Amino acid sequence: MSKPLENVEVALFVTCLVDINRPSVGFAAVKLLEEAGCRVVVPDAQTCCGQPAYNSGDRKSTKDIAKNVIRAFKGYRYVVAPSGSCAGMIKKHYPELFADDPDMLLEAEELAARTHELVSFLNDIADFEPDDVKLDKKITYHDSCSSLREMKVKQQPRELLGEVDDLELIEAEDREACCGFGGTFCIKYSEISEEMVDQKISNLLATKADIVTAGDLGCLMNIAGRLSRKGHKMKVLHIAEILAGMGDNPGIGEGQK
Amino acid sequence: MDAKAKILGRIRKGQGSEAAVSNETADILSARIKSHARGIIPKRGQIPLKDQIALFQKKIEALGATVAHVEKAEDVPTAVQRYLADNNMPSRVKITPSKEVTDLPWGEIPTLEMVEGAGKEEDMVGLSPAFAAIAESGTLMMASGADTPSTVNFVPENHIVVLKSSHMRGSYEETWDMLREKFGEAVMPRSVNFISGPSRTADIEQRLIMGAHGPKELHIIMVNDDA
Amino acid sequence: MQVTSRKFKENAHDAMQDENLRAALGRVKQGFTTARANAAAELPEFEDLRDQARDIKDHVLENLDYYLEYFEQKVIEAGGQVHWCSTAKEARETILKICRDVDAKTVTKGKSMITEEIGLNKFLESQGVEPIETDLGEYIIQLADEPPSHIIGPAVHKTKEQVTELFYEHHQQYGYTEREEDPEKLVGEARAVLRHKYVTADVGITGANFLVAETGSTAIVTNEGNGDLTQSLAKTHIAVASIEKVIPTLEDVSTVMRVLARSATGQEMSVYTTFSTGPKRDDDIDGPENFHVVLLDGGRSEMIGTELQELLRCIRCGACMNHCPVYHAVGGHSYGWVYPGPIGAALNPQMVGIEEAIHLPNASSFCGRCEEVCPVRIPLPKILRYWREKSFEQQIGPKPQRWGIEIWGFFAKRPWIYRLMTKTAVRALKLMSGKKGKIRSLPFNNGWTAVRDLPAPEGATFMEQWKKREGK
Repeated sequence: MSKPLENVEVALFVTCLVDINRPSVGFAAVKLLEEAGCRVVVPDAQTCCGQPAYNSGDRKSTKDIAKNVIRAFKGYRYVVAPSGSCAGMIKKHYPELFADDPDMLLEAEELAARTHELVSFLNDIADFEPDDVKLDKKITYHDSCSSLREMKVKQQPRELLGEVDDLELIEAEDREACCGFGGTFCIKYSEISEEMVDQKISNLLATKADIVTAGDLGCLMNIAGRLSRKGHKMKVLHIAEILAGMGDNPGIGEGQK
Repeated sequence: MDAKAKILGRIRKGQGSEAAVSNETADILSARIKSHARGIIPKRGQIPLKDQIALFQKKIEALGATVAHVEKAEDVPTAVQRYLADNNMPSRVKITPSKEVTDLPWGEIPTLEMVEGAGKEEDMVGLSPAFAAIAESGTLMMASGADTPSTVNFVPENHIVVLKSSHMRGSYEETWDMLREKFGEAVMPRSVNFISGPSRTADIEQRLIMGAHGPKELHIIMVNDDA
Repeated sequence: MQVTSRKFKENAHDAMQDENLRAALGRVKQGFTTARANAAAELPEFEDLRDQARDIKDHVLENLDYYLEYFEQKVIEAGGQVHWCSTAKEARETILKICRDVDAKTVTKGKSMITEEIGLNKFLESQGVEPIETDLGEYIIQLADEPPSHIIGPAVHKTKEQVTELFYEHHQQYGYTEREEDPEKLVGEARAVLRHKYVTADVGITGANFLVAETGSTAIVTNEGNGDLTQSLAKTHIAVASIEKVIPTLEDVSTVMRVLARSATGQEMSVYTTFSTGPKRDDDIDGPENFHVVLLDGGRSEMIGTELQELLRCIRCGACMNHCPVYHAVGGHSYGWVYPGPIGAALNPQMVGIEEAIHLPNASSFCGRCEEVCPVRIPLPKILRYWREKSFEQQIGPKPQRWGIEIWGFFAKRPWIYRLMTKTAVRALKLMSGKKGKIRSLPFNNGWTAVRDLPAPEGATFMEQWKKREGK
């Protein structure tokens, strides 16, 4: 069967959290995209999508950062990020940012049209299915807010996880509720964030799954950090890692084996 | 400048104009009001009358009301008496002074004491005719008037409603047209009440408790007059 | 009411220690969200109706001046009066004057957020007029002398035991000398106490969910029937409403009604929806002799034509707070003013000032669930962000946070320096974590590590490792 994206150039937007904190998610994304037939490039001039500034009300810095991203990703057929949050920033918020700047608006809309969240891209556009990936574990999937609400990612991760041999997906209560990360929110309002992440992990733990996964590293670091602080053993992995056959890697916050 | 002028002035400033709407715009807006243009009407109510009646009953019973059917209006007094007896309610009933219900053969049931008037604190049972009913949500429409005081719908402890099956409609919009036909264009009775079940509250720990301030029981006697 | 939004963090801290409140908020989360989801699923047209409801409200706001004057004209034709009030103070005084004109001693009240907004009860009390709340939830918090904590369930924060105590304390004068613990009997007690008040009150004050321009009607939506008793048994009915409540036609109202109760409580219709038009007619044997509509602006007209205009679409269903994880955590009182939850966080900065309310738009994870369930599709996160931008521009808010963002922004705009910085940071963090793979505390900004461990980086950034791989 031919792959719809055979040899098509895809630019990876690594995202700052993956770049700094969990490069293996980036390599998992590359592996998956390559298996789907894409030719992956990683533009060198990328940094961050600008959300920390945007969510803090610093519109001017956000615009500057956005311009940098727009420049860095010019010309690629697709731009893919292993994060609903960063992809959502580019797809939904960049055009809003430049609503009063017609030239930039055009460029922002053009980039938005090419930009995708990894899992939905693999499923909906690349027609990808994990081949020969096996993981004999119980998994629960947390719907991260941006993936779910901004990028409409809901069925795709479940379908792809369903293709992993021996994997059992167990749905958690309130899986669509926020984990309490929210970028700078979890630092500025850490006590409220704590309440939210405790709700989240109690629902996750109730599934008795071995692994919790999601498509956004921010949520996963928050969940992993809280699980670790409370002494729970549930393993935390980005969904790209599971789909790429790296399900046996140490979980987020577990250190090297 | 009075408050009205100030408020309107600020609104207009926000809308980017200083003056009231132009005659042309006013004509468009007034035509919009008078057109009674309908929005989306849920399909669930757009069904044959027989099915509407069934849907209405299903909905309003789910809301805690009870429904009885009689073949003709003359059978209503017997149905009232049966309901009161079955539910251990007193036989004194406050009834709206409307011919539609006062003309029924109450005399055939001598135990019933039908008292005409508005609803009063001491009334245990009230009886009034529905103006219409709406199948989509199991809702009664009551219209006030000289002979249909609205207090009978709310003040008595229990409420019996006489509803003609021919007055069943699928949607709220159809009942507005019935009202306009009876009372005139843009004329409303003083009080129009939609009622969907007996009174309830969930204000204590979100537990559903029936009979908060309005009637504790709602009983509908449907007269089959559509044949 | 006293504004305490400035103390949001402290309020929230206290709220989160309150076990009763936590239990109550758990019920809000379970009850309302499930009910709404079921109601939405059962009506295939629901999403399209939301679009239409939004469009109707937008149309009204674009022509608000016209519809308000049309409405007023119709109220007058029906024999009623409309009182235009720019400010809360004007509204309070107008209402007092109406009460004085009929020599009112007591007024019964249906549930009305606008009367909360203008602080009517305290004002009337200070003027010797006794207000009696009749909605059970409002009645409970009136006895407790507290503001509402939810716009459709004012007493959601109260436990049954607290209600028992309140009734025991306040109902002895009516002969209820036992502590009643059964909720059904508690409701019965309130019913019996209030029943007589409706009849003896001189004035009945209600809010209005809709003002119908076509007919000059005011409409209220309740489940208890208290609003109907309030407005039909007193000699004078005053409906208090804000200007954005006007809706052109009965057909438009029908559309909005279909999304209101479903979004609020998950009901298809509330039990009672009542349209009142003018005072009693000449040959009527019941109904109020006087019919007044008090129209409050209260800062709303200034929102027309601005980024905040969309907030005026709000139909006060409460869905945003029912689905808000922050509201679930901190409850309604933490917000420190009349409107809690996402709608409050978006609206209160306009009403009480951004300096006072700065925490409210900031205390959000931007999860977007409020916008997802809002029946009139108000882009609440967008408006919260608008306030963050306002406060950033005006330099309100903690300085270190601003500096942090500015430093980050400086690097993020300069990829080469950024690369250097991240490389260094990653190594430092890796060193700090040792072999554990996590960091338990940080020397700076402990907002993260106060609550959770920080998963440690792997030792080299993706960009470094990628270059190595590509260099091969």
